[in-house]
Amino acid sequence: MEAIFQPWPWWVSGILVGLTVPLLFILAGKAFGISTSLQQIGAMCVPHSKLTYFANYKRKEGVWVLLFALGIAAGGYIGNFWLSSTPIEFLPAAFYAWPGLLKLFIGGILIGFGTRYAGGCTSGHSITGIANLNWPSLVATIFFFVGGLAVSWGIGHLLFGPLN
Amino acid sequence: MNNEIERTTSTTQPKREIAGIMSICALLLGVYFGIVLTKSEVVRWQRVHDMFLFRELHMYLIIGVGIAVAAVSMMLIKALKLKSIDNKPIVYQPKRFHKGVIFGGMLFGAGWAITGSCPGPIYAQIGAGAWPALFTFGGAMLGTFVYAVLFPRLPH
Repeated sequence: MEAIFQPWPWWVSGILVGLTVPLLFILAGKAFGISTSLQQIGAMCVPHSKLTYFANYKRKEGVWVLLFALGIAAGGYIGNFWLSSTPIEFLPAAFYAWPGLLKLFIGGILIGFGTRYAGGCTSGHSITGIANLNWPSLVATIFFFVGGLAVSWGIGHLLFGPLN
Repeated sequence: MNNEIERTTSTTQPKREIAGIMSICALLLGVYFGIVLTKSEVVRWQRVHDMFLFRELHMYLIIGVGIAVAAVSMMLIKALKLKSIDNKPIVYQPKRFHKGVIFGGMLFGAGWAITGSCPGPIYAQIGAGAWPALFTFGGAMLGTFVYAVLFPRLPH
């Protein structure tokens, strides 16, 4: 039982992450993917928008992803405060002050724009897409790493200084 | 008259009920996934950083096992012709290829490396009280609106 309160090993985590795909399909009738929640929230913020991206979006069909996202937030709370022997360090201390917060904001813009343009993120493309042998999802995942590696090994140092 | 009421209630009532149950399931599966993200430490900036610097295999192994388990599950769903609880066939809608898969993909990857989170962990971080993640979320919303504005002009 004590093991639950420690960080979970990769194989337990991997199995549980993978099972999210069939569980969501069977119990909620939906394909696993979280970044659609950004479109859902955006579309709900501007209900009368004339922008094609929001106007053509079916808000009712996306309500589930909002519930799913709220659930993830609750899960984060439970995992951190009820199921961990010591609090988890989500973000290093540097992110709790100004230059760090700006980094998060800029990175956030890249996440929002990038996942919407790519049509998915780690969940929708890398896990659900590849598991369904959808080749564009494999291409997307390769380029997730092209972008991430570029930041971690090069451009990031130039633009943001050493990241740690 | 009575018959008619009975007929309408008998067809729409269970439908609405099952839709409600499915919504609750989406919420509960979110809780499940949020706990998994947090306890696996996928939500930690350091883990993502160490992944991109090839310092540890933790993240790669989780994503790899996740894909494998999901792939086997999909094969089983197809082989056993399993249906969702509202009795509809389970069909994966493929995401098609366009230039955004490459350019958007790279930009998301860069954001992932800078913030240490992808969309799922942003919500988990906020829920767990790591308030700077609100800036990540704010940025992600701004990025979504920028995309919505540029949508008609971007090559797809």
